[in-house]
Amino acid sequence: MTSVRESTPAVRVEPPTARPEVHRARILLEDGSTYEGVSFGRHASTSGEFVFCTGMMGYPETLTDPSYCGQVVVSTYPMVGNYGVPARDHADPIDGTLESDRIWVKGLVVADYSPWHSHWTSRGSLGEWLDDEGITGVTGIDTRALTKRLREHGSMLGKIVVDEADCDFDDPNIENLATRVSVREPVTYAPTGNTLARVALLDCGVKLNIIRSLTRRGVEVLRVPWDHPVDALGVDGLMISNGPGNPRFLRSAARVVRTAIDDDMPTFGVCMGNQLVALAIGASTFKLKYGHRGQNQPVREVGTRRCYVTSQNHGFAVAPGTLPNGWSPWFENLNDGTNEGLRHESGRFFSVQFHPEACPGPVDTAFLFDRFVEVLTR
Amino acid sequence: MTTLVEPQGALAAKAPARVKKVVVLGSSALKIGEAGEFDYSGSQAIKALAEEGIETVLINPNIATIQTSEGLADSVYFLPIEPGFVERVLEKERPDGLLLSFGGQTALNCGVALHDSGVLERLGIRVLGTPVDTIKTTEDRDLFVRSLDEIGVHTPRSRAASRVDEAIEFAHEIGYPVMLRIAFALGGLGSGPCFDEDELKDRAGRALAHTGQVLVEEYLAGWKEVEYEVVRDRFDNCLTVCNMENFDPLGIHTGESIVVAPSQTLDNHEYHMLREIAVRTVRHLGVVGECNIQYALDPSSRAYRVIEVNARLSRSSALASKATGYPLAFVASKLALGYGLDELPNAVTRKTSAFFEPALDYCVVKMPRWDLKKFRRVSQRIGSSMKSVGEVMAIGRSFEEAFQKAIRMLDIGARGLVANGTDFEFGDLEEELTQPTDQRVFAVVEAMRQGWSVDRVHELSRIDRWFLERIRHVLDLEGALKVYGSNDEIPPEALLEAKRAGYSDKQVAVLTDRSFEDVWEAREQHGIKPSVRQIDTLAAEFPAKTNYLYLTYHGDDDDIAPDPSGEHDKGTVLILGSGTYRIGCSVEFDWCCVNAARTLRKLGYKTALVNYNPETVSTDYDESDFLLFDEISHESVREIYERLDASGVIVSMGGQIPNNLALKLHDSGLRILGTSADSIDSAENRHKFSSLLDDLKIDQPDWAELNTIEEAKRFARDVGYPVLIRPSYVLSGAAMAVATNDGELETYLDRAALVTPDYPTVISKFLVNAKELECDAVAKDGELIVYAISEHVENAGVHSGDATLVFPAQRTYLETMRRIRKITREVAKRLKINGPFNIQFIAKENDVKVIECNLRASRSFPFVSKVIKHNFIDAATRAIVGEPVSKPEKGAFDLNYVGVKAPQFSFTRLEGADPLLGVEMASTGEVGCIGDDFNEAFLKALVSVGFKLPVKSVLVSAGPIESKAELLAPLRTLRRKGVTLYGTDKTASFLQDNDIDVQRVEWPLETDGASATTLIQEGGVDLVINIPSSEQEREITNGYRIRRAAVDYAVPLITNRQAATRFIDALVRGAESGLQVKAWDEY
Ligand SMILES: Nc1ncnc2c1ncn2[C@@H]1O[C@H](COP(=O)(O)OP(=O)(O)O)[C@@H](O)[C@H]1O
Ligand SMILES: Nc1ncnc2c1ncn2[C@@H]1O[C@H](COP(=O)(O)OP(=O)(O)O)[C@@H](O)[C@H]1O
Ligand SMILES: [Mg+2]
Ligand SMILES: [Mg+2]
Repeated sequence: MTSVRESTPAVRVEPPTARPEVHRARILLEDGSTYEGVSFGRHASTSGEFVFCTGMMGYPETLTDPSYCGQVVVSTYPMVGNYGVPARDHADPIDGTLESDRIWVKGLVVADYSPWHSHWTSRGSLGEWLDDEGITGVTGIDTRALTKRLREHGSMLGKIVVDEADCDFDDPNIENLATRVSVREPVTYAPTGNTLARVALLDCGVKLNIIRSLTRRGVEVLRVPWDHPVDALGVDGLMISNGPGNPRFLRSAARVVRTAIDDDMPTFGVCMGNQLVALAIGASTFKLKYGHRGQNQPVREVGTRRCYVTSQNHGFAVAPGTLPNGWSPWFENLNDGTNEGLRHESGRFFSVQFHPEACPGPVDTAFLFDRFVEVLTR
Repeated sequence: MTTLVEPQGALAAKAPARVKKVVVLGSSALKIGEAGEFDYSGSQAIKALAEEGIETVLINPNIATIQTSEGLADSVYFLPIEPGFVERVLEKERPDGLLLSFGGQTALNCGVALHDSGVLERLGIRVLGTPVDTIKTTEDRDLFVRSLDEIGVHTPRSRAASRVDEAIEFAHEIGYPVMLRIAFALGGLGSGPCFDEDELKDRAGRALAHTGQVLVEEYLAGWKEVEYEVVRDRFDNCLTVCNMENFDPLGIHTGESIVVAPSQTLDNHEYHMLREIAVRTVRHLGVVGECNIQYALDPSSRAYRVIEVNARLSRSSALASKATGYPLAFVASKLALGYGLDELPNAVTRKTSAFFEPALDYCVVKMPRWDLKKFRRVSQRIGSSMKSVGEVMAIGRSFEEAFQKAIRMLDIGARGLVANGTDFEFGDLEEELTQPTDQRVFAVVEAMRQGWSVDRVHELSRIDRWFLERIRHVLDLEGALKVYGSNDEIPPEALLEAKRAGYSDKQVAVLTDRSFEDVWEAREQHGIKPSVRQIDTLAAEFPAKTNYLYLTYHGDDDDIAPDPSGEHDKGTVLILGSGTYRIGCSVEFDWCCVNAARTLRKLGYKTALVNYNPETVSTDYDESDFLLFDEISHESVREIYERLDASGVIVSMGGQIPNNLALKLHDSGLRILGTSADSIDSAENRHKFSSLLDDLKIDQPDWAELNTIEEAKRFARDVGYPVLIRPSYVLSGAAMAVATNDGELETYLDRAALVTPDYPTVISKFLVNAKELECDAVAKDGELIVYAISEHVENAGVHSGDATLVFPAQRTYLETMRRIRKITREVAKRLKINGPFNIQFIAKENDVKVIECNLRASRSFPFVSKVIKHNFIDAATRAIVGEPVSKPEKGAFDLNYVGVKAPQFSFTRLEGADPLLGVEMASTGEVGCIGDDFNEAFLKALVSVGFKLPVKSVLVSAGPIESKAELLAPLRTLRRKGVTLYGTDKTASFLQDNDIDVQRVEWPLETDGASATTLIQEGGVDLVINIPSSEQEREITNGYRIRRAAVDYAVPLITNRQAATRFIDALVRGAESGLQVKAWDEY
């Protein structure tokens, strides 16, 4: 168990100005609005696309989720850092709890950063970790006001200016982010227990818990770069991961998916995977005003009364009106009716917009991996 | 293709049989462990049913509740929640559905009994929502553990025992300490750790007297306690609405713990591991509706245990509703009717569905409120059994902000964590931390002040280091503020930082040696003002349609604009609520606030309610146009008033807290609606009021204002003992006492001075053998509009809150009534009363004296309003805002029925307390029943508060000789009716001397063998009458032993001579056979 500050006398009488280095940080959004706070973690200016996330916990998982590549995340929950951060070996693809081996967000904006942390798994403070990874945090921001703005104007470019060191806006949506987050070479992960099946995992920025969810179920995972052909790999199925950015940059990935489906290879897509399946079958995607980012997104299985609470993190969605014959919407969002999944009538190809692997978030839909394994081993 | 996900039972389930008429069981009187939260849940259930066009019938003798008000249920029975009465109502009403889960453990137990006895089946009544079998599985510890085993969910190692020796055997097996827990109980009644065999023997023995089963289990010292609120529909959709973490470690009942929502120290894995187990467990158990699941979580591994599941609405669910804005009780009722979660709208956004888990963007802190100081001989220690009488909930954007607000809301004289002067001091800090009391938070502060490390405090208290670090942060800021002396300007950054950590202006003022006004001015100058924030369930992801609001200093803007339409030319009226429930102030004031708001809305005003008690209906956001869930303090009310651009504030509905603010708010320029602040002061200040009465030539007990002890003694000698010492500006008789000699006088004076040093203390002649009466009334511009005079069964000397009230008065001379009316008129006129007020009288023969007057609604307003069927608060509210007021159609003399209000005590839970009545209030709740005559109403009321009929045997200790004489005739008749009488020493002799057949029993202290207490313990008597021989008897005496045994073994107890006589009188007249089942509107 860790508690950062060791025994010092409780009441230290010193005026607030004498406190160790306060770095003023200003947030500047595209639309000209500004917010004043103080930086923590790395005290350096940064910029990116500002998005808000409504999850109340799970910052280590969120920060390491590659889907946040290029984005500055605004936490609507005010107090962040409470339970510190786990050891780095938590990025272990088998036993760990982190979602990749590094932080992907470009910045983190909170209302009340907690330098004090306490948890039996904690190995340091959130601030220390951000600093180690060169990531800027800002605290003291009215994140509710900021969120309301993002809700009204949609996700926006913005920057964090620390100590008056200005920087440029940086639009992550003009490039193919998959090239930044994907593995360069194929990697194989052995399952726990007997091997029931082998799948290729198209890595568009995979969260490690997708791999864990498969290996734990006896599936050997062959993780390949985002546009790597899979027809010659001799696998039983294709898993398409989550990932950052606009799916339209990933045309070649969509072609890989197309080929797999044409080959009747069982296919399961998650998040970006849902959008790539859509593109592969000729449907279209569009950008949501401010996306879904949180751990409380309700979805219903179309045609049933079954509802699930899901973890989500996406800015683009599939236009369900554009689906070809044989395909239908599978899940829909109960809040705004947007598409949350696709399925083919054969039952061999399907995808979801939410994150059945959770981490962070509810594990209600983890059973989807069981269904996939069922199809793989049928 | 077929759907991958089978609709498990979803489409397969057949539509629910339409129900047309539903009976809802309430929770009866407020008591420790079962308080106002069930008025909230029952009211929401009735609203939810009414919306469906379902006819609703409510049974609840708690007459002060909103749920029993006109316009909610189609019919209301003020009858005991007891299988016999409920069965008769069911037979008469013939409903097709029954709701059990909205009236706490009382309703649940009653419903299960009716199911088991086959009544429900015989009458063809369905229990809606969670099936009875599920309820039983959750209540029976043994079944519960086995059921959870089936799905691999862990529970503490335990074994159920129905005999003491079984319990001891298992304890031996797992080793001490063990946790002893009770089936079919709530509030942890009788539960607790046992460190050795003797303790186990004692506890188990007592518990098994109440219930058939106890549970012995491993004691999980120092684990975290975490709760989830879960909803599930019949389509098997299931989710958790809120999770909550206890600040206090396991072992301290959640009702006694400071609770934080959402959890602060759980990581994603822990949060979702417990969430998944919650969903799995609730599905397995088959709950339909709402339930709560409590966990123990190891602070240093992933180990957990499920402590319990409550398959009903609970205190925690009320808290979760208020904390998240998710109307759990309302939704649970709809689910019980067969709806799916996805079909119901999110009540806050009105856009999204009820199938969602709220995302909070703030932090909620709940703190319990205790009144332990009122009970001598009750241990201040807190543990696995509930003792608290109320709670507060504070909202902030940081833990510190919410935490300090919550401390102030408790209204215990603390300004927050710091700046409390010398109010909280501790002898043995280490013990204070390891064996916590209601003051533990201040002990933590003190320890840190003395330089103890967070680690050391943690090791002793087992409070998570994170919470301790945040407390230390508040202390650090205290240090930082203290450097500014009265002449320094506080830098705006320091001021803002303090405000963000929840410092009040007063705290800052105390620490920086300046006035509260100076701090306010400084904030104005630097623009340091709170933001008004909305609770919207989705962390700003979707716009909210409701004005459920709080204040925070962590904001740049407001979420709402005052009266955006600008159409309300009548303006926005602020109504100040009652704050935490406590002894002397509970649901009755909430009833007043809600009714005032409803009337104002009807009249076209915008209403804004300020309250912070999560157990109330007034804090439902549909009861007002703006709900401000925040402090009721000078500072925050001023901020709110400004921010909402209010046109006035009502201080007369929420009891003493708002009443006490009247002058200050008035001085700050707020418009007080109704009776003027000056008049309020003239009535509250006992000195001023006494002078006023003298002036009006209205009689009052002899009194004097106190300056020195010598003067007091002189006064007492002049008028003769006993005398009564009464401090000003207090409610519920705090620090009031009767002194019978000089020594006592000195002791009590010391105590009084500590309570309210700012106001004078008054001493008066205490009148013995006098009747007490009170008049609840409404005046408009000084003219009396409506009034109701009630008489007390008990003589003066029993606090009016503990007395049995009869309305209309049955045994009072017409002349006395006339005088009371006249006095009431004169006082109204003199104080230019505009609104509600209450005057208390003492009458001896036709000699009427005034003892106090409150220019606000009183405890008895709902009771008299409902008995006379004229809403006094509606009338008062109209008077306050200057609208026309109608007079009632019939006067009290035209009623051909009688209402009786009886107190509910919670002595069983207050281990060691002497259940005697006096001038300090001790009851925690009340019931009000109606009957064709006094006897009928009285017996119904007594059964409602736990008396059992028929009475076949009575243990009597008749007290002083006058009392023995008075009880002689009634006891003789009782014996003739075949009731067995047991008497202690002198009572037995006295009865024998008078030829009454009585069995003598030994005083407990006088024998090693069987005694009066053994008789009680063995269930040998149905009633204990124990009249204390002296007013002041509070020592460990024989009498105390007997009274305590009665309370511990749930045997009805009467300690007042008048009440005993009237009860026996009712019994011998055979009133118990004529207890009718009549709805309110049948009277
Ligand atoms: N095995 C245990 N070890 C330590 N404390 C316990 C244990 N079981 C329960 N408690 C404590 O006792 C309290 C009351 O127990 P609970 O079963 O919740 O009873 P109730 O029905 O009164 O809510 C809990 O809130 C918890 O703090
Ligand atoms: N002079 C008196 N003689 C006898 N009993 C009194 C006298 N004054 C007060 N009491 C008793 O004390 C109780 C509490 O006194 P009261 O002034 O009403 O206090 P509170 O402000 O708590 O209501 C009364 O209800 C009454 O029974
Ligand atoms: Mg409990
Ligand atoms: Mg009184």
